[in-house]
Amino acid sequence: MAQKQAARFDLLLPEEAGFLEGDENEDTCTISQQDIADAVDITSGTKYFDLNLSQFGPYQLDYSKTGRHLLLGGRRGHVACVDWQSKQLMCEINVMESIRDVRWLHTETMFAVAQKKWLFIYDSNGIELHCIRKFNDVLRMQFLPYHFLLATASMTGFLQYLDVSVGKEVAAICTKKGRLDVMCQNPSNAVIHLGHSNGTVTLWSPSQKEPLVKMLCHHGGVRSVAVDKTGTYMVTSGMDKKLKVFDVRTFQNLNSYFLPAGASCLSLSQRGLLAAATGDVVQVYRDVWSSPVRKPYMAHRAQAAACELRFCPFEDVLGIGHGQGFTSILVPGAGEPNFDGLDSNPYRSAKQRQEWEVKALLEKIQPELISLDPTQLGKVDLGTFQQKHQDRVQALGFDPLAKEKFVPRHKKKGRSSAGNVDRRKRQVANIDQRLKFLTVAGNGTKKEVKQQPQLHLLCDACFLVLVKYYTYTHTHCWCKQRTLTRDKVF
Amino acid sequence: MKVKVLSRNPDDYVRETKLDIQRVPRNYDPTLHPFEVCREYTRALNATKLDRVFAKPFLTALDGHRDGVNCMAKHTTSLSTLLSGSCDGEVKVWNLSKRECLRTIQAHEGFVRGMVVRFCGTSFFTVGDDKTIKQWKMEAPGYGEAVEPLNTILGKTVYTGLAHHQKEGVFATCGQQVDIWDEQRSSPIRSFTWGVDSFSSVHFNPVETELLASCASDRSIILYDMREAAPLKKVIMTMRSNTLCWNPMEAYYFTSCNEDYNLYTYDMRYLNKPVIVHVDHVSAVLDVDYSPTGKEFVSASFDKTIRIFPKDAGHSREVYHTKRMQHVICVKWSSDNRYILSGSDEMNIRLWKASASEKLGVLAPREKNAANYRAKLREKFKHFPQIRRIAQHRHLPKAIYYQAKELKAMKDARRRKEKNVRSHSKPGSVPVLSEKEKHVVTVVK
Repeated sequence: MAQKQAARFDLLLPEEAGFLEGDENEDTCTISQQDIADAVDITSGTKYFDLNLSQFGPYQLDYSKTGRHLLLGGRRGHVACVDWQSKQLMCEINVMESIRDVRWLHTETMFAVAQKKWLFIYDSNGIELHCIRKFNDVLRMQFLPYHFLLATASMTGFLQYLDVSVGKEVAAICTKKGRLDVMCQNPSNAVIHLGHSNGTVTLWSPSQKEPLVKMLCHHGGVRSVAVDKTGTYMVTSGMDKKLKVFDVRTFQNLNSYFLPAGASCLSLSQRGLLAAATGDVVQVYRDVWSSPVRKPYMAHRAQAAACELRFCPFEDVLGIGHGQGFTSILVPGAGEPNFDGLDSNPYRSAKQRQEWEVKALLEKIQPELISLDPTQLGKVDLGTFQQKHQDRVQALGFDPLAKEKFVPRHKKKGRSSAGNVDRRKRQVANIDQRLKFLTVAGNGTKKEVKQQPQLHLLCDACFLVLVKYYTYTHTHCWCKQRTLTRDKVF
Repeated sequence: MKVKVLSRNPDDYVRETKLDIQRVPRNYDPTLHPFEVCREYTRALNATKLDRVFAKPFLTALDGHRDGVNCMAKHTTSLSTLLSGSCDGEVKVWNLSKRECLRTIQAHEGFVRGMVVRFCGTSFFTVGDDKTIKQWKMEAPGYGEAVEPLNTILGKTVYTGLAHHQKEGVFATCGQQVDIWDEQRSSPIRSFTWGVDSFSSVHFNPVETELLASCASDRSIILYDMREAAPLKKVIMTMRSNTLCWNPMEAYYFTSCNEDYNLYTYDMRYLNKPVIVHVDHVSAVLDVDYSPTGKEFVSASFDKTIRIFPKDAGHSREVYHTKRMQHVICVKWSSDNRYILSGSDEMNIRLWKASASEKLGVLAPREKNAANYRAKLREKFKHFPQIRRIAQHRHLPKAIYYQAKELKAMKDARRRKEKNVRSHSKPGSVPVLSEKEKHVVTVVK
């Protein structure tokens, strides 16, 4: 239904996705960012920029859900929020502690910072709102926007979920896997993927203490994991310098690539471009899952080794956090061209944001509903139904839903009218009803009646054969039990 | 090199002036809207909760009668007019939109037993304990005129019920027999008896207008054709039916309310078994009325509640009660399908909303859409345990709550005993009788 409707509205979508095509014998990966920035319009050209922040790097980064706001967190305590398109600084603070990860919460007014010891929440003016002492030594964070959950992975091997709408810890799972520094979420079902040093990737939901799935993906440790928007494909890179693509629905390996330097971090864009950082070189690949890729779509060398990559939602922009600061590069065809105004609107006003927040909070999905298949809620639970029905039958002593027994009516009057004949024929089409007729008619002993159904089954079979081979000259069926009329054969 | 990068003009997405409404571009791509089912479920849960929060069905009480309200009649052409007759013989005409009494007539000595508005809406008939049938003008008499009935028929026996034909000047009364009267004559044109000494109510079929049904004191429901000399057929049940109501849309169905706390919907053509047994009341059911859409009906009971049943459900979807409402004698569903009127022992007529959480008044189109969407969501997810629990929960007065519990315990005990008897007797000698079959004694033609 939703797909049908989407197809109908497809015609009305105003924007078209970006693209980059080289001239003849020109590789797109050789085109430099400066060339692209010069070729496109001025507004888009300004989206290629460098922030030189050599003091406090390397930098972690996060784009807000609408793609308007950028959050930067330097390892040595520097936090900055920027409205990156207008280059307006919202706040800049130094927390005077080491920072492991930064993450926007549901709106651009609040963000979480994983610091040396605890997890802190700041607002967009840089004012500390909360220090959450239940969450210690956090290395990585993911925010699940529809559940209002902040999932954190810690140095001590704990995966914890914080409900940011009520401020309660929802679940704390001891993964027993050691230090957790590789984490990503599946945006289509809110399952958390963790990568481990023994080469496995585990999938977690807050309602279960054990992993939903354990997959052995690499020989040696997993360095980075990314899942695409539809929740179909997972891309992992490992210490064995391989880049692998998995189908998360069947957990099968689709493609495996060897990268000479190995990818330290990965990111997938809304339209399925894959960015991989190998040292200070950032490569962007296209269609990694459908066919084996020979060469990258784009490449860019950053000033220092990249430690975080992230595509900006609804923009053709890739953000790179590295040791010398932050670089924003243009990747044509990365972002979804048409956003949904009621879901995440980059141009929303403060009033619209407030209204959206209320509606989103009303629709907050409970953490128990996180499972591998999010559509399971809409399916019929046949097992429980059958169990319940059995219990009910046992309690009552009879089946209340049983079909009523067929009691044939033997009307003598008006039997031969065309309508009645037709109705009667349809009535005896069912084999058990036919049996009933025979028993009630009583034109044989019990023994004979018992033999009847077999003969009739045979008759039906013969009848089909008769019709099939067009042998209408037969007036008897092959088992010699029943006369067939010619009109029945036709 | 050919390159295109996403570059949106903000003017296309931001309103021009503050007087405009905000632009909201939509993209219905399912991948941009994940967790479709989970979010809908959450919405449905919220809608169900809000539905219960806003369930305030009671609108107003019309007081003015000086004795219990015994019968009511809907006006056939005016939505805002209601007539009610009380146990002291008074008839009152009410304006529902202004919630005031327009007229008071001392119509009978003793009870007003039945009342019906003529199909044209210009006059109405009443019968009372004083053995008279009176026809009254709907309009109030002019200044100085005495309040006189248009016509008075003095009968031999007490009349207990009254019904008027849909199109012709013919009406039916019941008492010791069912009589068919012509408005122009002072004696009945036809009388039906079938070995019964008293009838409690009579009703014309709204579609097959010559057909009637009546409830008799020998626990039977009898069907008649006005054109024939003898009754058509009757079904005898285990206990007496108080009154019945025809379904206005599928007029071969009628629902009778019984002394055994249940209501029975019958198909007129197959009386040997009711189509559905409606249970939930904990005392005798006294009156029933269908909604004009024929989808639901409302029943009034001696247990001081009124209940709303979907026509094809065994249990009620709604129960209305107040602290002060006593035994409900009569109930009507308004012709615009939005209100319910109940008349009870403690002299009040109460006006209720038919759907408890509906917002009254003019709705903006967006409000209407939102309400429709919420209703659809509630329906879609109604079988989910959490939603069902919230949607079905009703607060009941303590007495009714405990009596319902007691009745259930009794029913369970009976069922258990029957099951034990069956398992210890010869197979087939104790047949399984469904609830529908239990209450019908016989059908006579």
